[in-house]
Amino acid sequence: MTQENSTNVVELLNLKMYFPITHGLLRRRVGEIKAVDDVSFSIKKNETLGLVGESGCGKTTTGRCILRLYKPTAGKIMFNSTDISGMNENQLRSVRSSMGAIFQDPYGSLNPRQTARTIIGMPLIIHGMKTKGYDNRVEELFKLVGLDPSMMTRVPHEFSGGQRQRLGIARALACQPELIICDEPVSALDVSIQAQIINLLEELQEKLGLTYLFIAHDLSVVQHISNRVAVMYLGRIIEIANSKELYQNPLHPYTKALLSAIPVPNPVIERKRTRTVLKGEVPSPADPPTGCHFNPRCNIATGDCKTERPQLKDVGNGHMAACFRV
Amino acid sequence: MTPLLSVENLKTYFRTYRGLVKAVDGVSFDINEKEIIGLVGESGCGKSVSMLSILQLISNPPGEIVSGRVMFDGQDLLQYKSKSDAMSAIRGAKIAMIFQEPMTSLNPVLTIGRQLTESLEIHLNMTPQTAQERAIELLRMIGIPDAHNRLDAYPHQFSGGMRQRVMIAIAISCNPKILIADEPTTAVDVTTQAQLLELMQDMVNRFDTSLVIVTHNLGVVARYAERIYVMYSGRIVESGLADDIFLNPRHPYTIGLLKCVPQLGETRQERKLVPIKGLPPNLINMPTNCAFLPRCDRARDICRQQLWPPLELVGGQHYVACFREIMEKP
Repeated sequence: MTQENSTNVVELLNLKMYFPITHGLLRRRVGEIKAVDDVSFSIKKNETLGLVGESGCGKTTTGRCILRLYKPTAGKIMFNSTDISGMNENQLRSVRSSMGAIFQDPYGSLNPRQTARTIIGMPLIIHGMKTKGYDNRVEELFKLVGLDPSMMTRVPHEFSGGQRQRLGIARALACQPELIICDEPVSALDVSIQAQIINLLEELQEKLGLTYLFIAHDLSVVQHISNRVAVMYLGRIIEIANSKELYQNPLHPYTKALLSAIPVPNPVIERKRTRTVLKGEVPSPADPPTGCHFNPRCNIATGDCKTERPQLKDVGNGHMAACFRV
Repeated sequence: MTPLLSVENLKTYFRTYRGLVKAVDGVSFDINEKEIIGLVGESGCGKSVSMLSILQLISNPPGEIVSGRVMFDGQDLLQYKSKSDAMSAIRGAKIAMIFQEPMTSLNPVLTIGRQLTESLEIHLNMTPQTAQERAIELLRMIGIPDAHNRLDAYPHQFSGGMRQRVMIAIAISCNPKILIADEPTTAVDVTTQAQLLELMQDMVNRFDTSLVIVTHNLGVVARYAERIYVMYSGRIVESGLADDIFLNPRHPYTIGLLKCVPQLGETRQERKLVPIKGLPPNLINMPTNCAFLPRCDRARDICRQQLWPPLELVGGQHYVACFREIMEKP
């Protein structure tokens, strides 16, 4: 093992996750959805990797594979240098206590009948950490995410959306994980609350030395919080770069279009911007285009884009793009 | 120039078991001809309710338009009953609305064609034949390929973006004077959002319509809107030209909103986000002074003593409802 690998908390090697499409009474397999199709990346300790893409591009599936909520079709998931892709539930139990997850919907991801104390303490109970310090630990978690411990006996509907998301964060932190998968943690919140949660996540990372995989569709939020950003399109990573670099020097035509589609809250800048509006829609992942998945919507595609799949290639400084025209 | 539509002191209240909710509490605004205006605010600030009130689409009970005037074409729309013929002749024909959820606002058991031709037949007295031709033309205009065959398709056969396009087509079908788009792009991806906004702007230019974009996304209105109204807890707290609002915001809420969204290309090392502290207020039994007071970091004694500050002119077309700004006016 090289020196560089040892600091990687997560490393995905050619991860594939295919879901079968079945048909008829006998559930005959008629095809498959390649939700994640040959994805490789790594996240270093204390780093935030942003994963962006439009709905259905496979970013959530990637996150769920790392949590091993799915068993991947192929490829390796290295977590602290151990391959967890083939582990069974028993083996996973110890691994999972070092991973946490924050979900998009602060309404659906909390059990409405449990008190806040039970919700936050549950991971501790499940992982056999309900020891003498249990009550103190729960109280500490409450304070850590900026909630008043006097609210411990409340049930989720008594909290606001932002507070509920804080509960979700406290639950994810309960077992002192190294890695947290944040799956669209702010997209269901109001803009004035989003900033509170983003700042909280940033502070927690500094305080606890956490590693984040930050999944979201909002590129400006992702760019703000992440050190590096990976852009996904139809199950594949098409560009990955340092977050500043990706904004200043996007290489893949899809990244360029994505950046130009994001409205900027400044009318003077907006009037000067030229906008590349993509034609058409994202094709179905059950029947993706051959070659480069982006070729039907690409304005610089040529013949080879339709037949061959471009691989991610390094253009310097760890900036990688999967496009023949780069 | 008299505005095309002028809303004066509109108040819409909801009577709930837990108390009176003043969803819209004294809102006034104008829409001029061929103008794009933006109505910005967070969820629950009353932006959708004020738009629904214009068209009298508030169900009563629990909701009630308590007072105000909606002047359109020299008549006060609020004098008509919600289900009157006069109101029906305006709703959908003169003032049309695009709703947020294209999944739920299209009828799943009717074909796209039927839903497009319905308003044409009712409002413009077209024969089914001509309505059908017009529907095909509309579908082509909004960029749906193979329009002729797609008329017989049902909403579930369309993607989210396409459904929202159909909603736009239905809204513009009767050539309305005003088009109200209530969070038109919230449920779609950014690249689709860009397509839809360009399409709406194109349609508005082509048909000489005024457009109201209701949104919580400041970026969306920055590009398209000429004038912007910012709402907070049922009232307008700031209004003005887009440049005034974005480049020289005066109300602490507007300033806070602009500071708390991450700018594209800006990393956390460069600028930490400044969140607005606290939570949006509960609209039940609101205090009578400034609703932003508990979250405001520039509050003065007068803010606590006085009732809600009135909207006052601070220059050009720029209005602000904040004592601090009003008192320190040069």
